[in-house]
Amino acid sequence: METIKKEAYKHKTGFWQAVKSLVSGARLTLRHLANANKRRKPVYVTDDSYFKQPDGLATLTYPYEALPVPDNGRYRLHNEIEDCIVCDLCAKVCPVNCITIESVKATEDIGVTSDGTKKRLYAPVFDIDMAKCCYCGLCTTVCPTDCLTMTPVYDFSEVNIKNMIYHFTDLSPEQAQEKQLLFEKQQEEMAAAKAAALAARKQQG
Amino acid sequence: MPMIAFLLTLMLLLGVVIVLAYAERKVAAFMQDRLGPTEAGPYGSLQAVLDVLKLLQKEDIVPALADKGLFKLAPILIFAAVFAGFAVIPISPTLVPAGIGIGVFYLLAIISLDVIGLLMAGWGSNNKYAMLGAMRSVAQIVSYEIPAGLAILSAVMVCQSLDFQEISYQQGVLMNAFPGMGYETNWLFGIQALGIDTTNIGGITTWNIFRAPMLLVAFVIYFIASLAESNRAPFDIPEAESELVAGFHVEYSGFRFAVLFLAEYSMMVLVSLVAVILFLGSWNTPLPNIGSIALANWTTGTIGEISGNLWAAFWLISKTFVLLFVQLWARWTYPRLRVDQLMHLCWKVLTPVALVIVLLAGIWRLLMI
Ligand code: SF4
Ligand code: SF4
Repeated sequence: METIKKEAYKHKTGFWQAVKSLVSGARLTLRHLANANKRRKPVYVTDDSYFKQPDGLATLTYPYEALPVPDNGRYRLHNEIEDCIVCDLCAKVCPVNCITIESVKATEDIGVTSDGTKKRLYAPVFDIDMAKCCYCGLCTTVCPTDCLTMTPVYDFSEVNIKNMIYHFTDLSPEQAQEKQLLFEKQQEEMAAAKAAALAARKQQG
Repeated sequence: MPMIAFLLTLMLLLGVVIVLAYAERKVAAFMQDRLGPTEAGPYGSLQAVLDVLKLLQKEDIVPALADKGLFKLAPILIFAAVFAGFAVIPISPTLVPAGIGIGVFYLLAIISLDVIGLLMAGWGSNNKYAMLGAMRSVAQIVSYEIPAGLAILSAVMVCQSLDFQEISYQQGVLMNAFPGMGYETNWLFGIQALGIDTTNIGGITTWNIFRAPMLLVAFVIYFIASLAESNRAPFDIPEAESELVAGFHVEYSGFRFAVLFLAEYSMMVLVSLVAVILFLGSWNTPLPNIGSIALANWTTGTIGEISGNLWAAFWLISKTFVLLFVQLWARWTYPRLRVDQLMHLCWKVLTPVALVIVLLAGIWRLLMI
């Protein structure tokens, strides 16, 4: 060990040493130049050649080429609103409060999700602010219908930060208002029915 | 006629510089395992042109406290000094912008003007980085002119001429076609005693580095010194980006920067051309005549005709590009020298060796006649 160390620190001098080191340096860069016809390939990390691409250019021409990302990577969220039961769990668990949900109770039957859960709520607002999101993935874990998932998309910068808020609702504002009115009307009707029933009971009593 | 020569040389120079600027970026990228420019045009080939266009559109900023006269004049002076050097460079046996008999002397003199331009730019900018860069630059160029001059001197002593065109003719099969040299002979290695006449063999055997082998050392000395004179790595301490930002041209922008940039690359081209003419056979073909296979004659063409001009220009420019490539290669291989190392190399290594070469060249000349 000692001897190796000494050798490494030994200062080499002299004309021929200088020439030798100049030549070896020049050969090194020339070898890289000669290997410039080879390119790194955009292969996935499990590929055998991923860690063995010794020669050639290391740059990938992103965005034309990009290394594939893992399936379970945490990137941009996507909500399949058809399958969302608007349970609000994701909004509650989110550590940075970047999910905004407003719900309206449905007055009629609005069907079931693809896994058979009954849907009872409309979501006039289902916004996720991707600029705030820290990609922790908690929301996708708690989602009971697995409709909130992470996609492999990671390159989605925007010029206007407002565009970083993604709107997932499938209702237009008019539809939302209509559902709200329907719900209020039903509430009123129920309240009226209740009041009538109460009055009837009082009379009986 | 002088106007046409001027414009043609300028066009040719611009073309070469554009190619060189692109090549520099690609070579640098490939040596560092990168891709280099890829977007503008096929393989990024329009990058250099677009860079120039961009520079021309930029605002021309003159710092408020700069010495405006010096600041504005400096780029023009620098470029004019370098460009004037091209006037005496022969492109082919019959084509030379200004064929004057003391071309070598003129070239050395006019290139030295460059130093004044650099100092004007550095001083006029009123910026400490620019000033430091300019002072280093001047110190370096003035020092390295000595080994470069001695190396050139040894070539001139072997050729016994200060005329670039005459030096060119001497290094090939066309030697006897030059007026006044009708009965000269080239001997192998320049030694008459060996008795091997290479006048009609031509090719590489009549190049100066072959006619007088110690000129090979002179060539290496000249090449190293020329790197320093054109402020190229590993002697780029005047422009050391990491310490001086950009040296003497740190305050320049827009068109003026483009002119400085052009001057710098022209300087590279010029020093390579001079090296090719003085040591590497100028516009002569490297292929010798071997018996009945007259490679040299075939690749030389006829003097004064299109074929002769094209072959000569082709050989001159390709040899120049090889040297330019070596300049790029050195830049992307070697780290920058310290100032003391730079001066050590110049005064304690190159200058003494060059002096010995001058002495040897004088002795060799005696063997040649
Ligand atoms: S990934 Fe985390 S931060 Fe982003 S929305 Fe889901 S819970 Fe919130
Ligand atoms: S947790 Fe899932 S189902 Fe519940 S509101 Fe969020 S996305 Fe919809």
